[in-house]
Amino acid sequence: MGNQVEQTYDIMEVCLLAGKIMLQSGAETYRVEDTMMRIASSFGIVKTHSYVTPTGIIFSAEGDEPTKTKLIRISERSTDLKKVALVNSISRNISSGTINRKQALEQLNEIDSMDLSFPLGTQVAAATLASGCFMIMFKGGWNDFIPAMISGGLGYLSFVCFHRFIPIKFFSEFLASFVIGLLSFIFVKMGVGHQLDKIIIGSVMTLVPGLLVTNAIRDLMAGHLVSGLSKGAEAFLTAFAIGAGIAVVVSFL
Amino acid sequence: MAILAQLITSFIATGSFGIVFNAPKETLVKCGLIGMGGWLVYYLLEGYTNNAVLATLAATVFIAVLSQELAKFYKTPVIIFSVAGIIPLVPGGLAYDAMRNFVENDYNTALGLAAKVLMIAGSIAFGLVFSEVINQVIRKLTPKKS
Repeated sequence: MGNQVEQTYDIMEVCLLAGKIMLQSGAETYRVEDTMMRIASSFGIVKTHSYVTPTGIIFSAEGDEPTKTKLIRISERSTDLKKVALVNSISRNISSGTINRKQALEQLNEIDSMDLSFPLGTQVAAATLASGCFMIMFKGGWNDFIPAMISGGLGYLSFVCFHRFIPIKFFSEFLASFVIGLLSFIFVKMGVGHQLDKIIIGSVMTLVPGLLVTNAIRDLMAGHLVSGLSKGAEAFLTAFAIGAGIAVVVSFL
Repeated sequence: MAILAQLITSFIATGSFGIVFNAPKETLVKCGLIGMGGWLVYYLLEGYTNNAVLATLAATVFIAVLSQELAKFYKTPVIIFSVAGIIPLVPGGLAYDAMRNFVENDYNTALGLAAKVLMIAGSIAFGLVFSEVINQVIRKLTPKKS
């Protein structure tokens, strides 16, 4: 009996760790619930219930013994699609039975502690390129390409740097969009840039909460009303922070 | 010529968004291609009908259906393919215009623009819902191999 209880707790730990990594990396709520359920059922716990919100997961397993419930708190969320893909493949391996509980727990712990993101330089370079390209896509002229690239790249860099010092995400987004607005304004004043609007729109795109918006909608339509609404609120706050940062530049200069 | 420039820039933009979102390296090119296809649908339809809402809807359905098929094929989560492709469709430019008009106390123009932003965001949402339905219908219609 005691052995069995311990085993159930171990299985729940694997499920919760997988769920935690996925939720922190920006996966959709229904995918997190689905993955946890699949892992549990392939380890032999057929009846499970999970309640996933962006800030925490409650997971309970039913069986012959009394129902056991565990709670895990999620305090920080970012976007890391690679981790989502890795956890997904581990859950596939568990379902097909190629790895056992111990191996799964080890691999998940490894993923959890790894930092898989691209180096900061690559990220900034990508943001730089993307800003320039977005400016062209929104019908800007090629003569604004370089200014949009510079302000977009520096804006993203300042977002990352501010975020390291200030843990409040909305404030660093506000500051980053302020930097973008200021730089674009300076470029236009110097005569390097031509259309202020296009430069700002192009460079702000790297901060836009596109992932949050799509996830919020997907959650809402899958019936996860609480997490859909809270993700929507987060997206709205982010959009508001960006808008306010630009508005400060536009209205005071 | 203009279309060629749009194609290249949308490919690079969505691909580099994949890097910002830390998508796995081997999916970056596919992300870029999906983004390019979606943007092509949007650009052509928007130029032809002059209706951004319809164009956004069509492009979203295109991206979402395609990325669900790709996700099934490569056995990866859908989100990896769809997210980067949807980013260009987000009405950032219009939202900026609306914000700017609010700040400049031109509330009438600003409200009109804000309504349009809501319409486009809603059409992205509806496109996602619609493609999910299409996918479930496809899944039900195709006989299961067992």
